[in-house]
This record gives sequence, structure tokens and C-alpha cells, in this order.
Amino acid sequence: MTDRLESREKVTGAARYAYEYPLENPAYAAAVQSTIAKGEIAEVHADAALRIPGVLAVLSCENAPHLHDAGDAELALFQSRTVAYRGQFVAAVVAETLDIAREAARHVRVDYVSEPFDVRLSADDPRLYKPDKVNPVFPADTEQGDPEEAFTNSAVRVDATYTTPAEHNNPMEPHTTAAQWNDDGTLTLYDSTQGSSPTQETIAQVFGLDRTHVRVIAPHVGGGFGSKGTPRPNVVLAAMAAGAVGRPVKFAVPRQQMFATTGYRTPTIQRFRLGADADGTLNAIVHEVFEQSSTVTEFAEQTATPTRVVYRAANRRTAHRLARLDVPTPSWMRAPGETPGMFAQESAMDELAFAAGVDPVELRIRNDTDTEPESGLPFSSRNLVACLREGADRFGWEHRDPAPGVRWEGRKLVGMGVAASTYPAYMRPNKATARAEEDGTFTVRIAAADIGTGARTALTLIAAEALKADADRVTVEIGDSALPQATVAGGSAGTASWGTAVVRACESLRGKMNGSVPPGGLEASADTAAELEGRDAYARHAFGAQFSEVEVDADTGEVRVRRMLGVFAAGRIINPKTARSQFIGGMTMGIGMALMEESVMDPRFGDYVNRDLAQYHVPACADVRDIDAAWVEEADPHLNPMGSKGIGEIGIVGAAASVANAVHHATGVRVRDLPITPARLLPLL
Amino acid sequence: MDSEVTPVHTEITLVVNGTEHRLRVDTRASLLDTLREDLGLTGSKKGCDHGQCGACTVLLDGRRANACLALAVAHDGAEVVTVEGLARDGRLSPLQEAFIEQDGFQCGYCTPGQLCSATAVLDEADRGWPSAVTGDLSADPVLDDDEIRERMSGNLCRCGAYMGIVRAVREAARKTETEEARA
Repeated sequence: MTDRLESREKVTGAARYAYEYPLENPAYAAAVQSTIAKGEIAEVHADAALRIPGVLAVLSCENAPHLHDAGDAELALFQSRTVAYRGQFVAAVVAETLDIAREAARHVRVDYVSEPFDVRLSADDPRLYKPDKVNPVFPADTEQGDPEEAFTNSAVRVDATYTTPAEHNNPMEPHTTAAQWNDDGTLTLYDSTQGSSPTQETIAQVFGLDRTHVRVIAPHVGGGFGSKGTPRPNVVLAAMAAGAVGRPVKFAVPRQQMFATTGYRTPTIQRFRLGADADGTLNAIVHEVFEQSSTVTEFAEQTATPTRVVYRAANRRTAHRLARLDVPTPSWMRAPGETPGMFAQESAMDELAFAAGVDPVELRIRNDTDTEPESGLPFSSRNLVACLREGADRFGWEHRDPAPGVRWEGRKLVGMGVAASTYPAYMRPNKATARAEEDGTFTVRIAAADIGTGARTALTLIAAEALKADADRVTVEIGDSALPQATVAGGSAGTASWGTAVVRACESLRGKMNGSVPPGGLEASADTAAELEGRDAYARHAFGAQFSEVEVDADTGEVRVRRMLGVFAAGRIINPKTARSQFIGGMTMGIGMALMEESVMDPRFGDYVNRDLAQYHVPACADVRDIDAAWVEEADPHLNPMGSKGIGEIGIVGAAASVANAVHHATGVRVRDLPITPARLLPLL
Repeated sequence: MDSEVTPVHTEITLVVNGTEHRLRVDTRASLLDTLREDLGLTGSKKGCDHGQCGACTVLLDGRRANACLALAVAHDGAEVVTVEGLARDGRLSPLQEAFIEQDGFQCGYCTPGQLCSATAVLDEADRGWPSAVTGDLSADPVLDDDEIRERMSGNLCRCGAYMGIVRAVREAARKTETEEARA
């Protein structure tokens, strides 16, 4: 139960985030967004802005320096006259102060030649196509047996369509970059990023630099939830602006501009079919997903991939179809794929439980599997059943009367729901160094990121264990691309991937030390690339079970989550204190998904209309009454030297279905379209 | 048009965390930007710049306020306490200690606002100010969990640290009460 190592800095305001480094004579950038959804920029009128005292430069497609292709067209800032979505950055003003920059940005006039656009996702859009792969490298479609036939012949069938809206990550710290070109031609970025090494690599490509000529510094990051997993256009904008004015430039994307320019979770339309015997044993699972990307890049969320993992059935099919619309570019948001996909699957399982008259916990246990259903691989460990049983026991599930819509407490209807969770246990190759000093202290270096996950603390505990030293003698340096190269804080793979490199470096150091440290100290390094090549073939996933109790106001349709419990099986938990917070944090975001989060696309103008925190609702303190997280002991020798699985994302997976299933149990109303707002629920009560 | 957009500057005085500062501010500048950019007090955070997230919460003349919604020019002579002013002589306040103990934060970006807000919550309850969930408006409010949740709901935390935040405020409230009783 270790406190976060940077706790004191965070509670005293001393922890510096990207905008907060003292720079010499900084200038400030403000961006201009496209006011059309599709078309061409005819002309950029910068003269009025340039006349304002204090304005240093106006950048746009008319004067921007040439950038190189880094494989992400979103980063080709101001490189063409084409407008791909409303809200796209089309110009930037650089000025002496932020107030001047913002004022001047309002005086940049852009003439457009507008074209008809389409921003509506629909399941019968003729332009829907099968992507070559879904994020990151999964097949778009899979099929085994004869799912149509098996479904048709099943005694009990569920055939339902679920929708999830576009959702925005909305980390509290906006996407922020302070960029400085140094006299030797190198570039320093203070950046709010989930990965200083990947950002270094990408930005170096964009500006045609050697990787080592870019340094990305990010010791503290104010949340990301996937949206800071790759550099977004703001990073390029800041660096370009700094080059243009020959001074450091700071740029934080205003909250309103984040909704178009920093990524979001695609809306989904999901048809889910389950065919089962009378006792609920599954014969057929069919999951068809429709989702969107922009015309800029193809991001195909892997929504149906958890369906390939969780339940046994001989006949099964998953399919993803994508429409490239004139919308902002979607990207990663906490557990992309698993989060929307498991909402559909676990809602459908609840519908099946009701249709078959089987308890929802029992139904999931009945369809458990020893091998990963589609690959046939054995699980390295799988404790879904243990999570379900432990959770049911702790939550008081046995007292649940299965009848929906019958428990009144005054004017409130009360109910309980359950859903399963899953998330892959990924591993990526990393490098680290470990150094011993004569005075008995150690320094471990790796360009890992702590975006609030507790990674700095977990890695310190991991290093101390590997070094057989007290944690207070170990310093772990992270958050700087000058450190040994590390992968992104994403895919819940951080601790497992970085931790393995840390352990190997520490083991190597201990081998060299041989009990003593010579004058000048000792250093060892590790690279886990080779180690990850030859791993045994196992299906590696974390699992969990989420339980919710809700009350629904029968007169207003307001849903309140009274209590929520998540029980997880995620290998060895490195630091219980921060791990519990991560699980609970994911579940909290799941309440948001279930009840309030929705980015509303305006078909007339073609972008998200509710683009601030007063209109895009995230859970507030009063929305969270009683959330607890627990875990079952799980010793898994097939993972990594720590025996850990990732925990940053599984907390949100299944959470929304658990709430929605509780709403059904409370009211008898099945809401298949998130979020379950009073406006949606009340007419059905 | 130029005359409309030429910056207008005014001299003001701010007393921040007990130190007086004479400043020349753009009349458009928010108190938040003035603290962060002019005084280098970057503890107060900018999350939305529209008074919607609470990350910029400071104590302005003793009351909590969104520094992003306050124009610096409108607060000449004001006393401001930011997160940097909560610890005394290097000793953390009971709230700061409780936030660490209860893990009332993850990324830490909303934390300065949460702490300033919570500091005011303890004070407001002490003064007998009711909230929207206070049952008996004539009685002294007791900071139970419902009261804390209601009073802290102006400060968003996307990491979802609310469980820890409520525990931390509850613990600090008790500690403060005990210390007051002793005194």
C-alpha cells in the first residue's frame, strides 16, 4: 500500500505539467478552426490579425513550412487547402500573450469553397466497407461453424441492436505542448503525452529530423485515457509556430477545440445475436459492428474483438464495417473495442438470461471456457468464474429477486445488474538501465509515462524487488525521451512492458555487482525485444465481473447508481493502493458512459455541438456514491517476471452494461442506446 | 478596428499567499492566467477556462472562486490563496495529507482545485452555510458524505478519484474538528 511517489508535488502544486515550464521569452499560440465540414480553403486573410500589436505570425496553408509524412495524415498540419471536417485546424496565430493570440485568431478570416458533406453513421450506408484490419492488427471479420443456421435452430434467441454514442476522453489537462527550437537545430517539447519516446519518433519524422534531435519531456501528465497516446495536431502546431517566430511557443488546446482535434471514441451500431439451448448454453454468437472514421485516416475500432474471447460457442461470427465520414478523426479512448463491444455483448447476455430464465451470473458461468474460443489457445490464466462468484457473494446477489420492475422504494424503482469484463494482457519491447552507486542507492531509467496510473510508484516497487533493495533507495526516472526508449502508456501494457525491462536491467546489474559496487558506480541495461519474440502460445487476458445497484426515479427517469462493485482477475497486483484507484476510476468512467456521456453530432454543420464540460457531462462527485474494487489472487507464470496483467482499462469494460442491466432489473425497460438519460428512459417507464 | 484590439493595461495589486505583487495586467487577462503566466504560480490549473471544471479554484478574499472566470483587473487589492499557499512552513495542511493518505487523485491535474475547494468547504460548513442537500437549514450542517459530495461537485476529476476525495475531506473535517475541540 504505497502512496504515489509524486504525491507531495501534486498536492502542493509543485508538479509541473507541459504548459508550466519556465521558458525564456515564450510566445503563445491560438488556433483557428474550420467553419465548414468539407471543401477547400480559397484564401486566408491574415492581414487584420497581423495588424494587431503583439501579433508575431499567422500560419496557415498559405505559408506553412513543408512537413514530412509520418504515417498519420492528421499531423500534416496546414499542408493542403482541403478541409476534411468542421473544427479542423486551418490557421494559427502566434503572439506575445495568450490574450492577444486569442483575440487575433478571431480576426483571421478564411474563405472556403464548401462541398456537400455527410456526418451521419448508419448501418445501411452503401459506403460501409470491411477494413483490412481493426485496431491495432486484428482481422476485421472472423467466422467459425455455421452461425446463421445455429442461431436459427436455437431454442432461445436474442437478436438486438445496441448503439453507443461518440464519447470524448476529456482528460482534465488539455492537450498541451511547449516547443522550443535550440541553437543547434534540435527541438525540445514539453508535452502532455502518454509516450515520450513514440512522440519523439513521430515528431522527428514530421520535421525531418533525426530521432535524437527531438527531446520530449513529460514527467507529469494530466490524464489521457488514450487521447494522448499518439501526438495530435497540437504538437505539430506548437513546434511549427516556435520555428516561425524563433522563440519558444506554448499551445494548450482550448477545451472546446479538443472535441474536433484530439480524438474521441467512435459511435457504434452493433447487432448482437445469441442462440442458446433452453438452459442458456450458447450455440451461436454473431456480433456485427458499424462504426466510423474520418476521411483523413482510417481508425477502425476493434469493437467485436472481446466477443472472440469471452464465451464458448461452436458457431460464431464477428464483423466490422466502417464508414469514412466527414467527421473528426476518432481514436483510442479507454479500452477501445472492449468498452463499446462488451456493452453490447453483456447487455445481450442479460437479455438471454431473462429469455432463458437463467440467473445472469449462472448464465455466464455456464458458458465459461478453458480455451480462447476462436484461437483454441489455452488461457495463461482465466478467472472470470471466480470473479463472478466472489462478486456475487460480496454484493449480496443471492437476495436478488429475478423479476424486473417490481421493487419500489417510495417512488424509486430499484434493481441489480451484472456484467463481465475482459481486457488483453499485452506486452511490448522496451529498454531500461539500472545504476548502482557506492552509497547503496539505485537509479533506474526508462522513458515510461505516468499519466495518473501510478506507474512511477509501481516501477519503483518492481525495481526494488528485483534489486532486493528498500524502495526508498531506488529512484526511477521516467517521462523523458532522453531516457531508454519505451512504449506508450496504452493498451494497459505499461507496467507489464516497462516493468519487464526494469526487472531485466536490475537483474543484470545485480549480476555485475556481485555484492559490491566499485567507485564510480555500476550500470546495466536491458532490451526485452528478444525475450518477447519467443513467448509460449497462450491467450493472455484479464477478466472481471461488475455489479451495480441502481435506483430509478419513476417520475423523472433519473438513474442513480447506489453502489457498484468490480472484482477483477488481473494477475499480481503490484501496488494495491493505486491499483484500486485505477479500477474505481475506470468504473467511474463507466457510470459516465452508462448515464451521461454523449457527443451529439449536428448534421446541419457537421460537428459535435456539446463541446465543453457544461454540455458534455462526465461524472461529478455527487454521481459516485459507493464504488469498490477487489481482486482475486491470480498466479500466472506465463505473463512477465512480475506476473501482472494491465489494469488501466478493464475497470470501464462491462461497467456500462452492468448499470444498464440494473436499470432493466429495476424498471423492466431495456435501454439499448446509451446513455440512459431521463429523456430516453422516462417515456418508456 | 485596430483601436478595438490594442491591449489596454492597468496596474493592480494582488496579495497572493501573503505576498504583495504590483502587476501591470492586460484588462482581458483572467486571474488564472495572471497567476500562472505573470507570477509563475502554476499550481492553479486550466482545465476548461470556462468555469466548468473547477481545476482553477482558488480562495479569493477568503471564498472559493474559479480563477478562470475572474478578470484580474476586477480584483485590485484582492487576497488570493492558491494551492501553493495551503502548506505552512513546509507542513502540509490536514487536507493535503488526507488526499495523499486516501489516494484522492491520480493524474493530479484537478487536485489543486479540489484542495482549494475542499479548504473552503470546511470553512463554509464551519460558518454554518447550508448546501442543496442540507435538510435542516437552521441547524449547523454536518459534513457527512452526501454533504461532501454535493459541495465538492464543482470540481471535476476525470480519473475518477471521487471515492478517495470524499474520504479525504471527511477525514480532514474530523481532524480539524478534533483540533478545534482541543483548542
